Amino acid sequence: MSKVLEIERLSKAYGTVAVLRDVSLALAHGQTLALTGESGSGKSTLMHLAAALDTPDQGSIRLSGQEISGLDDAARAALRRDRIGLVFQQFNLIPSLSVAQNIAFQARLGGHHDPARDAMLARRLGLSEMLGRYPEELSGGQQQRVAIARALAHAPMLILADEPTGNLDEATGDAVLDLMLELVGETGAALMMVTHSTRLAARLDRRLHLSRGQLSAPNAV
Amino acid sequence: MIGTALFTLLSHWRRHPGQFAMLVLGLALATALWSGVQAINAQARAAYATAAATLGQDRLDRLQSPDGRPVPLAEYVALRRAGYLVSPVISGELRAGDARLRLLGIDPLTAPPEANTPTLGDAGLDLTGFFTAPGLLLMTQDTATAALPPDLPPIRVTDTIPPGAALADIGTASRLLGQSDPSYLLVAPVQPAHLPLLATATTLQRVAPEQRADPAQLTDSFHLNLTAFGLLAFAVGLFIVHAAIGLAFEQRRATIRTLRALGLPLRSLLTAFGLELAVLGLVSGLAGLILGYAIAAALMPGVAGTLRGLYGADLPGTLSFDPAWAGAALVMTLAGVAIAAAQAMGRTARLPILATARPEAWGQASARLMRGQAMVAVVLLAASGALALWGGALITGFGAVACLFLGAALLLPVTLTALLRLAQRRARGPLGEWLLADTRQQMPGLSLALMALLLALSANIGVSTMVGSFRATFVGWLDQRLVAELYVTAPTPAEAARLHAYLAPRTDAVLPVVWADATLAGRPGAVYGQADHATFRDHWPLIAALPDAWDRLATGDGVLINEQLARFARLSPGDALTIAPGVSLPILGVYSDYGNPQAQAIVTLDRFAAIHPDIAPTRFALRIAPDRAAGLASILRDDFGLPADAVINQTQIKRFSVDVFDQTFQITGALNLLTLGVAGFALLTGLVTLADMRLAQLAPVWALGITRARLARFEWARSLILAGLTFALALPVGLALAWMLLAVINVQAFGWRLPMQVFPIDAARLLGLALIAATLAAALPALRLARISPSRLLKVFAHEA
Amino acid sequence: MKPSLYAALLWLIAGQATAQGFAGLGTEAAGFSIPQSPAIFDFPADHGPHPGYRIEWWYLTASLTGPDGTDYGAQWTLFRSALAPHDAQGWDGSQLWMGHAGLTTPDRHFSAERLARGGIGQAGVTAEPFAAWIDDWAMTSTAPAGADALDALRVTARGDGFAHDLALTTTGPLIFHGQAGYSVKSAQGQASYYYSQPFYSLSGTITLNDGVIPVTGTAWLDREWSSQPLSETQDGWDWVSLQFDDGARLMGFTLRDRAAPSFTAATWIAPDGQSQSYRDGALSMTPLAQSRVAGRDVPTTWRIELPDRALDVTASAINPHSWMDVSVPYWEGPVRVTGTHPGRGYLEMTGYE
Repeated sequence: MSKVLEIERLSKAYGTVAVLRDVSLALAHGQTLALTGESGSGKSTLMHLAAALDTPDQGSIRLSGQEISGLDDAARAALRRDRIGLVFQQFNLIPSLSVAQNIAFQARLGGHHDPARDAMLARRLGLSEMLGRYPEELSGGQQQRVAIARALAHAPMLILADEPTGNLDEATGDAVLDLMLELVGETGAALMMVTHSTRLAARLDRRLHLSRGQLSAPNAV
Repeated sequence: MIGTALFTLLSHWRRHPGQFAMLVLGLALATALWSGVQAINAQARAAYATAAATLGQDRLDRLQSPDGRPVPLAEYVALRRAGYLVSPVISGELRAGDARLRLLGIDPLTAPPEANTPTLGDAGLDLTGFFTAPGLLLMTQDTATAALPPDLPPIRVTDTIPPGAALADIGTASRLLGQSDPSYLLVAPVQPAHLPLLATATTLQRVAPEQRADPAQLTDSFHLNLTAFGLLAFAVGLFIVHAAIGLAFEQRRATIRTLRALGLPLRSLLTAFGLELAVLGLVSGLAGLILGYAIAAALMPGVAGTLRGLYGADLPGTLSFDPAWAGAALVMTLAGVAIAAAQAMGRTARLPILATARPEAWGQASARLMRGQAMVAVVLLAASGALALWGGALITGFGAVACLFLGAALLLPVTLTALLRLAQRRARGPLGEWLLADTRQQMPGLSLALMALLLALSANIGVSTMVGSFRATFVGWLDQRLVAELYVTAPTPAEAARLHAYLAPRTDAVLPVVWADATLAGRPGAVYGQADHATFRDHWPLIAALPDAWDRLATGDGVLINEQLARFARLSPGDALTIAPGVSLPILGVYSDYGNPQAQAIVTLDRFAAIHPDIAPTRFALRIAPDRAAGLASILRDDFGLPADAVINQTQIKRFSVDVFDQTFQITGALNLLTLGVAGFALLTGLVTLADMRLAQLAPVWALGITRARLARFEWARSLILAGLTFALALPVGLALAWMLLAVINVQAFGWRLPMQVFPIDAARLLGLALIAATLAAALPALRLARISPSRLLKVFAHEA
Repeated sequence: MKPSLYAALLWLIAGQATAQGFAGLGTEAAGFSIPQSPAIFDFPADHGPHPGYRIEWWYLTASLTGPDGTDYGAQWTLFRSALAPHDAQGWDGSQLWMGHAGLTTPDRHFSAERLARGGIGQAGVTAEPFAAWIDDWAMTSTAPAGADALDALRVTARGDGFAHDLALTTTGPLIFHGQAGYSVKSAQGQASYYYSQPFYSLSGTITLNDGVIPVTGTAWLDREWSSQPLSETQDGWDWVSLQFDDGARLMGFTLRDRAAPSFTAATWIAPDGQSQSYRDGALSMTPLAQSRVAGRDVPTTWRIELPDRALDVTASAINPHSWMDVSVPYWEGPVRVTGTHPGRGYLEMTGYE
């Protein structure tokens, strides 16, 4: 099975603080990976690097075999647009756009807009009744479901989720995660998710623990 | 405790000197703009109050010999010895080859204060030199550099002298012209009490100032422009102050919340806030005053030139400091600060302590608030229209302008939002949609800055349209009314007959002009007799007329009246007008007569002669090939001994008038540009403030795959869209303003209406300027966005470092 | 604001437009004659103008009484100021003339000013027959042949809101101040020619807005000419002419000096016309009370002492607001005198800025 994401010997420092040290991992199509770790262990940084939002100091990141660490701004923006879906804890939706517009936004940016897919996602995520509403009119769980729909609408090959349920209560969080895993499974995309919760992490295929910038196997499963 | 609070509030500025500079600069610029206009206005008005025409010649009556010869010196002395306040003038022309110089010799010792003899100015007070041989000649730089006759006394350059003329002591003029008898005597308007009437004491002829455009009317009109401009500048300034203070509050929202959370009482916080703003307002206001003074001082020579040009309202080209305008400007700033601070403090007081300390656009108006604003705006605009149409007084005219401005400003956010929503529906592509939607959401944060821009643009359009209309109309009117190449006045009817006989074969046409004082519709005025000639038929503008008005006038059975009379007496063509006891004629047409306060009516020469058989024409309009006009003028002065000012060359008057209006243009142009610049600065301030807050909204878009450079271009485009839309709204407001100034305020103030002309090229240029201003305002935030480090954008999502 | 030519001229005519001394009197006298001692007078010629000297005046002050006993004061002055030390006819004349007229009532004060150039007849002075005039203001001799021209005068002037027309007669002699008419003005020796006719009695009318008032009274005429009457550090003077009830008279002045003690001089005139001049220091003038006049503090009550004559009097302004609001403003008005020698007189104060 080909790798969606391959990270090798990745290091990143902000100023004198080394956030990631010599990190390597790989993720195949259809695989889901949970990333756990303390606050400040570098989880978010790893996610940002994988999303081509930030550039590494050393090491390589390949998406479907393509090296992305040396790409320029525009190429990385195109990469994000087309191949990556992002769901972050505070993933601010675009407040000036309606739910429907938010869901379609990234797909339309990349020119792969598929209204049928949007409608399917909205239905599956229970958003059909609120397509005309604006983010500020939604609850936290609803907002996060919109973010998930947006992350999936353009059929990305890699979905990066940073504490997607961090701001939600347990029941809502579980429901959102269920939906997300279900949809990821159906689309065949790979998922890397950062979470604090070992309970949630246990539901994913693989788990890695990040501590002081270095990966290790999780001490508890 | 207040000390700690104040220190904490102030410490924000230490960390963000850029924000601080912008706040101070915003306040200072607003003060400067307003105080600058005020300063010019105050100065000009103060000077104008005492100003008089050049030598008071067009204000003061003259005594002159009936035969046009000089007044015997003994006669002058006898009048003085009898107690009459008269002052001698020796005037004449010096010639050598082509070089000509009109010389005016005055006696400053006896000249009435109304004559306002010019200043020696920068030439210094070499009074002994002025009085003792060889004397001094005062003239403008232009005159001094033109060809001059040889062997003149030393020249001192001063800009208070009419072009082509020199002013000297009467002794100097006497020597140079070889004439010791005064050419005429100026009569002080107030003569000592208990003296017999001057007319009984002399056989000299008393001549009232010629009927002509009253300089007071023209200068008043000019000041009205400036007053209107002051009003507009005030409004723009107020919005900017408001925006700057709102900014100072918003930028420290998080600090304020923390202070409150840590236990600082609200009272202390508000006191600290108030103290800080008072000091800031005072310091910035003073800085603005200095700036305003500098602006005014830079523009003053132009203003002085304009007023002086409008027939000699003499005011110094330098600016004196008047506490009145300085105080007014400072009060404006502080009042603006107080109003804005009250709002900001109200928000501070209501600020929930526990809400997340995330910056949000200040003044984020709810849809309901916007609807409320829109309703108030509609009421104001309706009131403005009502005041303009049915007000009937100067004050209601200004009220209409104020309502128009306020209403338009309040309507702006609602209108822009609606326009953006409309555009959004037609937008293709997600980015276009997002751009428009996002712009719409930014409206509350930018609305004050945009209102300032709207007002600046409207003022610009309105004032330049008005001034442009004024200039075009007036110059056109001069062209029309002053058709004849030369105007000659003979001292006596006998002389006039001789002159007529002499001129008839030497010119294309000699058109007599006669007039007599008359009471027209109960108002003092004059009836003119005028020849039926193509000169008048082809060139005189009739603003209302019956068919074949000129033909019917030629039969003698009708009159033309001027606009002032028509408006005052509510007369229109077809009505009858009594022009002399028992003589009532139908009104055939109405002609425009700018600058003349009096009622006027025109009949044919024959009709005039029938009414006033005793009045023979002494004044003639001469048609002659333009290149022969100057030569004939010289011959008339030399051979007929006509006083220099009895022969008027039309081209000189026109050139002079056009110069004057162009100077007016320069000043309003400079002020316009300045206002626009300040409004652009307000926009910059607004955009910079929003830039920080907007990161949260931009970061997702970036994360979804748009480069920073592209985002920056969008930010710039957003600014252009807003400026463009604001301009589109400013256009009707500005034209409405111009209409009010021309058709309401001018009519109420002066009794004549100026036809409005629209200058599309000016408007296009203004749009260009507005877009440049928007580009400049957006440049800094956009550049910063293009170069922002990804980590700052990432912070938006990160919940760990 | 730049001073207008008009305003600047007013300065010029009062002397030269310089900052030194009152009305520029403390300046150099280039080309002009300088008073010499001993003074030799030649009448009636010396009643006329002296164009070789830079400044000269004919200065009349009159203490008047109305039919109801009200005190009034009247002033008529003609100043001559020369731009150059020669005279010429026509517009080239270098003599500038300035007339001041004043009228004081207990509660009002009027002043007026006229300017003219010499050479054309609008203003001037002739010695034979004596006449001084500017416009319609005139001081004309009505003295019979053989008498001094100044023995009888008719004086007329009018201004905004007032006029006066006075007939003056005297049998008293002219009084010569200082060293027989050579009047020293400072310790450095600046001096003028200075004589007076202090013995006039008069009758005439004054006209105010509310009507014509017949008046009687006394008057004092000063004649003075010089080219440099003040030293450069002298800022102004306080001058009195007093007529005591016993018929004696006193002229006294103090020249205030920035750099030195004040310089005083006085002339005591007995009822019979015998006079005695006093040098610097004999007379003392002490301000007792100030009044706020035209924005400045001016002493309007004075203690005047001449110990040699056992004289110790207080002179109080009849109207403290007797301000001459002319181009070079000063205070000039009638006073009441109380103390060892009661009477009345005139006070003039210049240089109060």
